[in-house]
Amino acid sequence: MATKASRSAARLMISPSVLLLLGWMLIPLALTVYFSFLRYNLLMPGGTPFVGLENYEYFFTDPAFMAAITNTLLLVVGVLVVSVGGGILLALLIDQPMWGQGIVRILVIAPFFVMPTVSALVWKNMFLNPVNGLFAHLANSLGLQPYDFLSQAPLLSIIGIVSWQWLPFATLILLTALQSLDSERLEAAEMDGAGSFARFRFMVLPHMSRAITVVILIETIFLLSIFAEILVTTNGGPGNASTNLTYLVYAQSLLQFDVGLGSAGGVVAIILANIVAIFLMRMIGKNLDA
Amino acid sequence: MGSITLEQVTKSFGDVDVIRPIDLTIEDGEFVVFVGPSGCGKSTLLRLIAGLEDTTSGRIVIDGKDATEVPPAKRGLAMVFQSYALYPHMTVRKNIAFPMRMAKMDKAEQNRRIENAAAVLNLTDYLDRRPGQLSGGQRQRVAIGRAIVREPAAFLFDEPLSNLDAALRVGMRMEISELHTRLKTTMVYVTHDQVEAMTMADKIVVLHDGIIEQVGSPLDLYREPRNVFVAGFIGSPKMNLLQGEEAQKRGAHTMGIRPEHIAASPTTGTWQGTVGLSEHLGSDTFFHVAMPGLTEPLTVRADGEVSLHHGDTIFLTPDETRIHRFDSAGNRMT
Amino acid sequence: MARAVRPGRKALNTAIAWTIAAMIFFPILWTVLTSFKSEATAIADPPVFLFFDWTLENYETVQQRSNYARHFWNSVVISVGSTILGLMLAIPAAWSMAFVPSKHTKNILMWMLSTKMLPPVGVLVPMYLLFRDFGLLDTRTGLVIVLTLINLPIIVWMLYTYFREIPGEILEAARMDGASLKSEVLYVLLPMAVPGIASTMLLNIILAWNEAFWTLTLTAAKAAPLTAFIASYSSPEGLFYAKLSAASTMAIAPILIMGWFSQKQLVRGLTFGAVK
Repeated sequence: MATKASRSAARLMISPSVLLLLGWMLIPLALTVYFSFLRYNLLMPGGTPFVGLENYEYFFTDPAFMAAITNTLLLVVGVLVVSVGGGILLALLIDQPMWGQGIVRILVIAPFFVMPTVSALVWKNMFLNPVNGLFAHLANSLGLQPYDFLSQAPLLSIIGIVSWQWLPFATLILLTALQSLDSERLEAAEMDGAGSFARFRFMVLPHMSRAITVVILIETIFLLSIFAEILVTTNGGPGNASTNLTYLVYAQSLLQFDVGLGSAGGVVAIILANIVAIFLMRMIGKNLDA
Repeated sequence: MGSITLEQVTKSFGDVDVIRPIDLTIEDGEFVVFVGPSGCGKSTLLRLIAGLEDTTSGRIVIDGKDATEVPPAKRGLAMVFQSYALYPHMTVRKNIAFPMRMAKMDKAEQNRRIENAAAVLNLTDYLDRRPGQLSGGQRQRVAIGRAIVREPAAFLFDEPLSNLDAALRVGMRMEISELHTRLKTTMVYVTHDQVEAMTMADKIVVLHDGIIEQVGSPLDLYREPRNVFVAGFIGSPKMNLLQGEEAQKRGAHTMGIRPEHIAASPTTGTWQGTVGLSEHLGSDTFFHVAMPGLTEPLTVRADGEVSLHHGDTIFLTPDETRIHRFDSAGNRMT
Repeated sequence: MARAVRPGRKALNTAIAWTIAAMIFFPILWTVLTSFKSEATAIADPPVFLFFDWTLENYETVQQRSNYARHFWNSVVISVGSTILGLMLAIPAAWSMAFVPSKHTKNILMWMLSTKMLPPVGVLVPMYLLFRDFGLLDTRTGLVIVLTLINLPIIVWMLYTYFREIPGEILEAARMDGASLKSEVLYVLLPMAVPGIASTMLLNIILAWNEAFWTLTLTAAKAAPLTAFIASYSSPEGLFYAKLSAASTMAIAPILIMGWFSQKQLVRGLTFGAVK
């Protein structure tokens, strides 16, 4: 229903949200870009001269940068593989006839609701710690040397922790998609002689492919910004072994207080995220018409 | 009190012209029915009168005052929607009270009107139920009750009976007609069902593709349809429309004759044809007769006792005084 | 469709599923159990599962020594506060998009969702500096503002989907009944949308409670919510597993419970309708 009166009311009602989000998008972003062109360190007195692309040069030539990019990609891909791969298998499993499906769901979903700092610290101390952690106790009982996960395999450990948190998300989404598959179509296929594997390959998997794509894209957006888990476990170390782009920018901005350099890093992070976002928006756009 | 005039009203949605210029006068107290096939613009026209849509151009005058820019809340009209649009979270009593609450009417007066409306509509026992607990017919009555208590200048009905089953529809039709007789308020009623139109209306407005084909009383439209469209739309079963030799013999491009105005006989008649499908309703029988030179079969009404079967030869005699003649543009020839 | 499944098959499925579910849930279970142990028992090798002297001393210690209540309250304030602020902004926006859509509506919605894709680190510097200069660092107000902004797109999206399920005719009837815009929203729309609004609130409280970037970078001691408070256990002194467990259990319990009731909302809100 649209009359002049309702249309102008609508414009009025939507403007606070639009204006606030517009401001949120433009102002800090513009400032980041602006700062990235300045030599600006919070600890050093004196002015903040314009230095063109100097910060970007520093940033790209910093050995930490390559490490951070690599680690960021490894983190994202690693968690995706475990959470999506595991999510598909778990969704298929939970969809099977069994007793207590509701309870299984609740147990599997739980980790997603645990705040990142809690899950990271619980894993770091009570499981991965080479002296007092449960894995250490297990190693001892088998006569093996305990493994210092966070020192010797920091990135892998963080991948593990973050995967534990996101596996439930993927499972939930994929299970929802799986259960929306019309059972009649599967039965028809079975009557036509298709075995379980064929049904899976030609009907279930294509149906789930859309959900899988959505899960991958949404997780990627969030995984690019993994932060808390790194902060409370390894602080990016040893060295740069578990530093990702987000942590690197944080370290430069708030630990070294070089906000000019940190801003340049921030701009790079935004560009990286935009590339991913473009793909995600295409996917969602198709669905908004439904 | 309750007269509505439309002057050169048009409505376009983007590039699509849904309502071409329409002029119409509705007198105070009339029961006017907008009827026409799907997409003809009848609901849109009603919504324009209600104020739920803006006109693209033209004026809407209610009781002598220009209401074109007036919002729906202030036009003094009440609308009954096809889906009833009851407030699901309120009891029947609160539903009916809502418009009065919006008008900040005195509580005592509100209650008086609610009791009145409930009595008229047989809702007194249901006042404290929620819409979800009512049947379709009861919900319909609550919607009407909500409209009545406003004491509007006119009632607007948007296909109110479409969601009811057939038996209920007949009963509700009569109730609405009785309501009109009792309240004497103007009613503008939209339907695609020409039986509803014929039985309820003082005046019928036949719409087609955004223009008015004809305005008149039910019998006017039945006896003197202005063009081929109206002729084929009003009357059930449809009027037979023939072209070719028989039409030209009578000086017309198209000739029309209603099934009930053709006499059928197994032995003698002006035309001869073969019985195809026959529909036996008990009181009447409708024969679909294949005639040489005609692509479509003729529909003929016969008394229930006439017994002819598929394939039989049948003789038909049209009542020459009831023949309608249309020219090549489809308009009635006098 | 009820077809007999061989009980053997069903038992196997059940066994595998319960085993995996237990493994996934174990860290949470272990944390809760450890919260009732003494510090010595917490690090015992071989580890003790159920049979030990259960004690509440950790809960007492955490609350007494570290002003736990204050951080808990901070979490409550910023979660509920940003949710309420978000609703106040989003309800009108969602009304307009659901009931008076224009040809720009879809684009505006997509743009709003796209703002959620901004990596927070990209605006860390200006946000930090702005907050510093406006006295918002380490304040609950500042956090409420940021959390509202980052979650507003999701609140708008979810309300939009719930509003679209309400028949527009009912609102038109209200208009015909003489309702002003305010009355229409207050007396007709909102009562009908209560389940949707409740679901949206639930999801947003969860997201705000668990937010772990801005709550870690923009706070210090005063306004730190539980996310930041727990982070302080990353370099503790002495034995602390049991205390960490107690603090963690208290921090995650409310959200775990809320989360178990909001699975459907999670799917709706976080996949932006791409999965039904």
